[in-house]
Amino acid sequence: MTSVLVKDLTLKFGAVTVLDNLNIDIPEGEFLVLLGASGCGKSTLLNCIAGLLDPTDGEIHINDRNVTWEEPSGRGIGMVFQSYALYPQMTVEGNLSFGLKNARMPKAEIKERVDRAAEILQIEPLLHRKPAALSGGQRQRVAIGRALVRDVDVFLFDEPLSNLDAKLRADLRVEIKRLHHNLQNTMIYVTHDQVEAMTLADRIAIMKGGIIQQLDSPTEIYNRPRNKYVAGFIGSPEINFFEGRIENGVFATTGERFSLEGYEFQNNGHEGSAWLGIRPEHIVSGDAAKDLPVSARVTIDIVEPMGSDTLAWATLAGVPLRIRMDGQAAVSSGDEIHIGFDPSRASLFDKTSEERV
Amino acid sequence: MDNAITPRGPKPRRRLSRANIMLYGTLIVVAMYYALPLYVMVVTSLKGMPEIRLGNVFSPPVEITFQPWVKAWSEACTGINCDGLSRGFWNSVQILIPSVFLSIVIASINGYALANWRFKGADVFFTILILGAFIPYQVMLYPIVIILREMGLYGSLWGLVLVHTVFGMPILTLLFRNYFTAIPEELFKAARVDGAGFWGIYFRIMLPMSLPIFVVAMILQVTGIWNDFLFGVIYTRPEIYPMTVQLNNIVNSVQGVKEYNVNMAATLLTGLVPLIIYFASGKLFVRGIAAGAVKG
Repeated sequence: MTSVLVKDLTLKFGAVTVLDNLNIDIPEGEFLVLLGASGCGKSTLLNCIAGLLDPTDGEIHINDRNVTWEEPSGRGIGMVFQSYALYPQMTVEGNLSFGLKNARMPKAEIKERVDRAAEILQIEPLLHRKPAALSGGQRQRVAIGRALVRDVDVFLFDEPLSNLDAKLRADLRVEIKRLHHNLQNTMIYVTHDQVEAMTLADRIAIMKGGIIQQLDSPTEIYNRPRNKYVAGFIGSPEINFFEGRIENGVFATTGERFSLEGYEFQNNGHEGSAWLGIRPEHIVSGDAAKDLPVSARVTIDIVEPMGSDTLAWATLAGVPLRIRMDGQAAVSSGDEIHIGFDPSRASLFDKTSEERV
Repeated sequence: MDNAITPRGPKPRRRLSRANIMLYGTLIVVAMYYALPLYVMVVTSLKGMPEIRLGNVFSPPVEITFQPWVKAWSEACTGINCDGLSRGFWNSVQILIPSVFLSIVIASINGYALANWRFKGADVFFTILILGAFIPYQVMLYPIVIILREMGLYGSLWGLVLVHTVFGMPILTLLFRNYFTAIPEELFKAARVDGAGFWGIYFRIMLPMSLPIFVVAMILQVTGIWNDFLFGVIYTRPEIYPMTVQLNNIVNSVQGVKEYNVNMAATLLTGLVPLIIYFASGKLFVRGIAAGAVKG
């Protein structure tokens, strides 16, 4: 069953088009992440779904009901904001029950719902405190609780973890995932953090310039990016790009020729100018590299040890090459090593359209 | 300098540096400049007329008398009325309370609507309102006389209340709009998702967060309206003249002996209300800021 349906959604601020004829169909219980750089329209899309912004054109359906003209409170959504947006003069309990009081719910039921949400989020001891007396993580829990008590089918998250420090962010990320696992609600989550997107999402929508570039599962987006932008946006350290030409199943770039044996073309026999992208973690180094269809000898320029892995920089075909190696790899700058990769793990994009070929 | 001392801990500061002398010297001179006239007024108001005639303006009273204060409050004559400033005081109170209340209520709602509910034509409305703050009052005096006359309010207390309310609008609306704009927008969005409407958000979310700005608006309006002379003298009749106008009439009366002590006492009495407001709400103001500074 479709939970949220966005149909031909367009939003313009004067002459600026922020959202351009967007269509998304979100099935019930899905965790969808809207991912993109700042200014790509992801938060705007979320605000449109919430009813906080009026679209210029298009429709929004929630639970098979056209809610395009509905007030935010009448759409069956709960929303969590980046700055928590807790009402500072109310206690945690007051914050949680504000929406229910506005809906004129009986007192007993309000109490029951608040208690249940507090139990799920483990904020019972904080119920009588003011937001100012809470830590960042606690505040965000209360903000999630405020959406939880409304007992809605759709949760909207607007960069909920961006204001937290790295460790807390990782903790709360797991908690949100657990929450989704237990509640099985539809969740739409806006972030610019690709780790959050990859770990949380059932599907990721990568946005740029008000258009969805690719809407797929995290693995599909990671392994088979549909265009060059998506390939460059997802993955850290960034994917390596080579500029060249595809000729007779070989990718020719400055001074090097990479065999494309095993690469799955969208349609066979593509020729012409293209980009080849290969992720740093898909480059193999050492003796194992010699047997791969593509192999070369490179000199290491710089080594960045990160503990869990090591990032080495070299130069291949005139462009800087990032190679992700084992954390214990004994390399240092100046070393000459064998590297290679399997073309089936690479991505090829047309030079002009930048679409996957 | 003694080279044996190694720099360690707080850097020693010289008390009698040139900068300090300049700073404190200026401060003392400025303080004297403002405090001296006040001192002369208080001292003179506590002297009897014979003592004043001796001409020692700065000398403290030999024999302290509160008679001038009593006279200023309840006996001084303006025209045919000889019941002192008390009449003007109560008139001013009756003008002040509804004017301050109405202007703050309306301006805060204006500011809230302008800041958070971007209605069509909001910018034009706001621009016109702000322009109003720059038009000199003199230009509008006569048109307002006509408007009040047509409304049947000319010469009445409520006419003056209306004028004060309208003239307070531009600056107060600007004040409230800017304050509400600074409140995070997400708070407003969260309240909308929680189902609060225009008034719900105003009363339950915005008002409790805005005590400081209400205190500021109150200080502005109380001092402004209490000290107003121009509107009071133009739009009211002698029986309901505000205190400032009555003070002027007492001090500038040309008949009889000039009673300097009564004049001083009357002036101090008139200035007392704004003074009390400053002292009383100063504390409240700081407390309000402290309470409002807590971000959610």
